Amino acid sequence: MALKFAFYLAAGCAGCEMALVDLADRLVDALEHLEVVFWAPTVADVKYKDLEKMPDKSIDVALVDGAVRLSEQEHILKILRQKSKILVAFGICASMGGIAGLANVHTKEEIFETVYFKTYSTDNPEGVVPQTKCVVDGKYELTLPEFLEKVKPVCEVVEVDYFVGGCPPHHEHVAKIVEAIVSGNLPPKGSWITDGKSVCDVCPRNPASKGEKREFVREVKRTIEGVPDEEKCLLQQGYVCFGPITQGDCGASCPKVNIPCRGCGGPLPGVKDFGARAISAIGSVLSEEAVDQLIEKYGNLTKLFYRYSLPASLLGGRR
Amino acid sequence: MVLKKIEINPITRLEGHGKIAIFLDDSGNVAEAFFQVVELRGFERFLVGIPIEEVPRTVSTICGVCRAVHHTAATKASDEIYGVEPTETAKKIRELFINAHYVEDHAVILYALGLPDFVVGPEADPAERNIVGLVKKVGVDVAKEVLRRRSYAVKILEMLGGKPIHPVAGLPGGWSKRITEEERAEIEKLAKELVELGKFTVQLFEDVILKNEKYMELITSDAYRSVLNYMGTVDERGLVNYYDGVQKIIDTKGNEIGRFKGKEYLEYIAERVLPWSYLKMPYLKKIGWKGIVDGEGTSLYSVGPLARLNVADGMNTPLAQEAYGKMFDVLKERPIHYIMAYHWARAIELLNAAERVLELAQDPEITSPDVRAELGEVTGEGVGIIEAPRGTLIHHYKTDDEGRVTEANLIVATTHNKGPITLAIRKAAKHFIKNGNVDERILNYVEMAFRPYDLCLACATHMLPGRLPIEIEIYDSEGELVKTLRNF
Repeated sequence: MALKFAFYLAAGCAGCEMALVDLADRLVDALEHLEVVFWAPTVADVKYKDLEKMPDKSIDVALVDGAVRLSEQEHILKILRQKSKILVAFGICASMGGIAGLANVHTKEEIFETVYFKTYSTDNPEGVVPQTKCVVDGKYELTLPEFLEKVKPVCEVVEVDYFVGGCPPHHEHVAKIVEAIVSGNLPPKGSWITDGKSVCDVCPRNPASKGEKREFVREVKRTIEGVPDEEKCLLQQGYVCFGPITQGDCGASCPKVNIPCRGCGGPLPGVKDFGARAISAIGSVLSEEAVDQLIEKYGNLTKLFYRYSLPASLLGGRR
Repeated sequence: MVLKKIEINPITRLEGHGKIAIFLDDSGNVAEAFFQVVELRGFERFLVGIPIEEVPRTVSTICGVCRAVHHTAATKASDEIYGVEPTETAKKIRELFINAHYVEDHAVILYALGLPDFVVGPEADPAERNIVGLVKKVGVDVAKEVLRRRSYAVKILEMLGGKPIHPVAGLPGGWSKRITEEERAEIEKLAKELVELGKFTVQLFEDVILKNEKYMELITSDAYRSVLNYMGTVDERGLVNYYDGVQKIIDTKGNEIGRFKGKEYLEYIAERVLPWSYLKMPYLKKIGWKGIVDGEGTSLYSVGPLARLNVADGMNTPLAQEAYGKMFDVLKERPIHYIMAYHWARAIELLNAAERVLELAQDPEITSPDVRAELGEVTGEGVGIIEAPRGTLIHHYKTDDEGRVTEANLIVATTHNKGPITLAIRKAAKHFIKNGNVDERILNYVEMAFRPYDLCLACATHMLPGRLPIEIEIYDSEGELVKTLRNF
């Protein structure tokens, strides 16, 4: 019997959904086993009513992509949780907050100030800011959902059964996840769905796979500095790469094009705070001078080490 | 099996966050309509502090549908920050990259969003009026072929960009990866298939729409006509270009209002903040804010496929040029103000992009290892402008002496079109809702008014994409909600 399947896009970019589309003909095959009962946006309260009408636990598997940015996303997630047997945080935004989670370095006021006042092309002589409720021309009442103080990962709002990394997950990984869902071959609840290998494990540059020894890194380089050797480990060449601590379900997509990993795959199993682990892992291979260089060259280290995971970190964000 | 696809197909269900509110007067006619965008992410703020070379891979996450565009625009801005001209090969790789994106993106938009209204029919059962209804009409084999060919473009994107969605390979002065001869040969092979997809798409459009009198009437109806200014990129020959060139703006009659490059955009464009939407509304600064109106003297302008074809003198590839000529011949006006022609222009651009991918794949220089130019001194400011499938995309950054972002400003395609979209919805609502009579058909006729613009609200609020899940709320003159219609 086909599984009742739901997909909800919270505050994300839909890249995770495109990863499913990129399965092309394999998606068509998968859909023979999945009956989509809900695949929707987060627009209006009528939407909640539609979902509310469904019996509790009537959805077998619900995927959520995107983080939580607006009040209505919290609301829909709570309903979706109630209706679903299994809820999967699908992709790094849902699992850890993602890049848009970097907003947590700033306050809501700072973001509004930049977007609606300070940006160069903004024309706002009357100091208008979007309102959750406003009346236009004295008669037309319009509403907007509330912009929350902070971005949250899905698990901060509802219980999450499985986590999936990737920004977005690579379509080959998505194929495996769909297979696991359809066959019911899922790991214990609370787990990440991953092969459990690091980016380094699957990276063709890995010194270990060539029987080479890892050396201390004595110089840190930004990706604009020099041209990396196409065969050698990027980290060994001084390019800060999070391959050692990141899930490698992507197949090392970035190192394969000479670009260091920034951790979108999420932490290897057992790691609670990605950024903290990244700092200790990278720090341990850098010489003292190299650590100083890292701080000097990158400046804002929060936005480097927590590029995809700030809302789920112990830091969480300002406030 | 086929029915299942109807419910399931994710393409038709891709979402953005927006809503429409329609207010009726005492006699039940439309007094006012609002198109609201209800999301914001704030990239402009949190990019501050990030080294500029890390920005392209960061902003690519603005949208997972427009997968190549933010990356490319930010990479171009980073060239200026480092005062560097990319190598010729790097420019060609970037152009190839963005053209491959056009093919897959325009294909999704046309087959999933635009064409079902015509192939299946504007008044067909909403359950059928989608990509699967389209599949039924054209046949499963044909549909699979389209899907398969589209995936070739995605394959090219992955080869060049690293990640297939949210690419990472653009760097100031070039591209992180060269193309090997084996890869080139593979791309060439795939590109030939893409050209076939392009030819098929233009032909399908002509067969289904041009040969149907009723559809031609609909396309040229006043309900779907907005007289606006247009903006798009042209190359030195005046032809449409997606990767680079100069921005040209024309008025409602086709007269040139101006041309600009880079930072000069600030002399031409300003964005109005609205209390009822998270999305700002741009207008032409030289004309001054005139409100949400069309016709001669309006300060609203539109961008995207039709706008690009309207401002340009032609296309840079032979088959697309032929199709371009035909569109203007058939619609008998210039600029074309029929918004349904956006779909036609999109089909022509798909063919053009496919032809361009093939040309670039056959260019002997494309496999040169010279893909990264030596960086110059940090200039501290850079603007990158490209044409995204949905229209002009502007990324503007300032940095400190180390090339770390201090300020950012992004104006994306759907933001430019915020005014025209609001206008199109108002017009369609006023045209179709009379004396308080509202039925389910209205929903689709109103939807058909914004679909040509192919809303990408992910991008627009530096957030969510795809098809807009529209909810229409109808209020009577007392402000009471009388009816709610929606397409989801």
